[in-house]
Amino acid sequence: MVLGGLIGLAGCALFPLLWMLSVSLMPPGAADTLPPPLLPQHPTLANYRVLFAQDGMGRYVFNSLLVASVTTLVSLGLNLGAGYAFAKLHFVGRERLFQLLVGALVLPAQVTMMPLFLLLKWMGLVNTYVGVMAPMLVTVFGIFIVRQYARSLPDELLEAARIDGAGEGWIFLRVVVPLIKPIMVTLAVFTFLASWNDFMWPLIILTGQEHYTLPVALAALSREHAQDTGTMMAGALVTTLPVLVLFLVLQRHYIQGLLLGSVKG
Amino acid sequence: MGSVQLDKITKAYTQAVCAVEDISFRIDSGQLVVLLGPSGCGKTTLLRMIAGLERPDTGRILIDGREVQDLDPRDRDIAMVFQNYALYPHMSVAENMGFGLKLRGMPRSQTQRRVREAASTLGLGDLLERRPAALSGGQRQRVALGRALVREPKVFLLDEPLSNLDAPLRASMRMEIARLQRALGVTMIYVTHDQIEAMTLGQRIVVMNEGRVQQIDTPMQVYERPANLFVATALGSPGINLLQGRLDRQGPTLQLDEGLSLPLAGLDAGHGALASFVDREVVVGLRPEALALHRDMPQAAALPAQLEVIERVGNEAFLHLCMGARHLVARVPPQDLPEPGTQVHIACRPYSMHVFDPASGLRIDTNA
Repeated sequence: MVLGGLIGLAGCALFPLLWMLSVSLMPPGAADTLPPPLLPQHPTLANYRVLFAQDGMGRYVFNSLLVASVTTLVSLGLNLGAGYAFAKLHFVGRERLFQLLVGALVLPAQVTMMPLFLLLKWMGLVNTYVGVMAPMLVTVFGIFIVRQYARSLPDELLEAARIDGAGEGWIFLRVVVPLIKPIMVTLAVFTFLASWNDFMWPLIILTGQEHYTLPVALAALSREHAQDTGTMMAGALVTTLPVLVLFLVLQRHYIQGLLLGSVKG
Repeated sequence: MGSVQLDKITKAYTQAVCAVEDISFRIDSGQLVVLLGPSGCGKTTLLRMIAGLERPDTGRILIDGREVQDLDPRDRDIAMVFQNYALYPHMSVAENMGFGLKLRGMPRSQTQRRVREAASTLGLGDLLERRPAALSGGQRQRVALGRALVREPKVFLLDEPLSNLDAPLRASMRMEIARLQRALGVTMIYVTHDQIEAMTLGQRIVVMNEGRVQQIDTPMQVYERPANLFVATALGSPGINLLQGRLDRQGPTLQLDEGLSLPLAGLDAGHGALASFVDREVVVGLRPEALALHRDMPQAAALPAQLEVIERVGNEAFLHLCMGARHLVARVPPQDLPEPGTQVHIACRPYSMHVFDPASGLRIDTNA
């Protein structure tokens, strides 16, 4: 009974994705008939050819890959360092500062967009890759989950390393980082997905097509090919498939890391 | 190996709580000194200050004559073994042991040689490639010891290293630490709240309470001549029997209420410090082995008592006795004991009493 229900729900979730794949393989115009066909009668990659040859999709894939990868790498470095410092290093005002950061979590992202845009404009970063990445390079959420996880590391381990002769940087890289790998994977997947899927901020900060990321390009595509469902679905597939695969491959670490972070904190 | 000197060390966490107060003593090179005391007495804080993990508010710490209180742990040439082992979980046994040497830039071949030597001394030769998670508690503690050994530091600091082990393993590791210390002649400071560890391991014991040193002496001196009531009750299992009463010059005797009087055989209340306590309240401490059934010691004066419970532990038995409202414990041979619930007579061995001033808790010297 329960199993049947779950299978039904999984089917409901999978159906739009599979139909997206199916429509993307239909010849131009085939998807616009009534009733809409479920499967392509003559599967073709024509939509993908149009997408990459005429619409320059390759450029947007590159942009998205670059933005998401660099954002993930930089944010890992900064969030891990900050989260660990809040968890284990003693400095004046540590608790106050952390409370302030956590307090900032209640601000909706939309509220911060205007001042952020003005700030980046002042810095000359509008319509640049750095401008797209900047808001996600350090996040309170990232610092928070790393801090919660790092708090579960025994102090004695760090003290043993200090007595062994290690400096703080060495302790962080050689002792702490290997031990917080689960939360690193979680944070990496989370940041990559968020950066890859982000639509609103790139739409605001990017003015030229050459820097468009996939979601922004997809929106532009839907305006351009309003009548061409097949090409739009091909674009949607190119946008969602990489992160879907990434999530499926790493979902075990992702969920494990989230659980560990919450339970051990 | 190095000597350690503490000079007027004080550390307070808050204004109200002084963790360690005005502590001074010296540990000679090659000595094993045990810091003994209950939880919160400041012994671990003191050890952490020697290690450099905490800074004293005032006072000096000297290792081999060099002031180190302002140096980082890595510059003090010490090694520390923690209660929960603190092994790096992502490194093998060999990497754990060699980590400190690697950080000091020692050539790889030399590091490997030292790790192998320490591993064979500790019986870890076959486990060098294993991760800590694949080791038993005893093996992990040996790796923690090995990590300290390979460094060949001036001073070894051990913070309750055996308290996570079960009783038989604890006994064997205790002997192993004693053997290593004597074989290598290293200076060790060992923190514990376990009096058996303190008595069996320490060449000297520093008894601490509420941040202050209560007594520093050899284990037997601490046991046989406790400096105050705290030290007297801290050592010995079962604990020392304490009887408070008025000191009567005649005998001399200790006049307890309910008309009972305890003859203080072997003590002289006519001279010395004890004379000034005549007709005043004193506390007399009697170790359980100082009490016996009167039939086994007929020459001593007898005291009536009710035998409540007998605890036989094999080679000896503990008699739990009631004398008026007081509860006493006697340690006796386990053979031919009276039945619980019967009235018995007990006696005290001469020269076995400790007398304390109830106001200050200090020992009253009965030999002067």
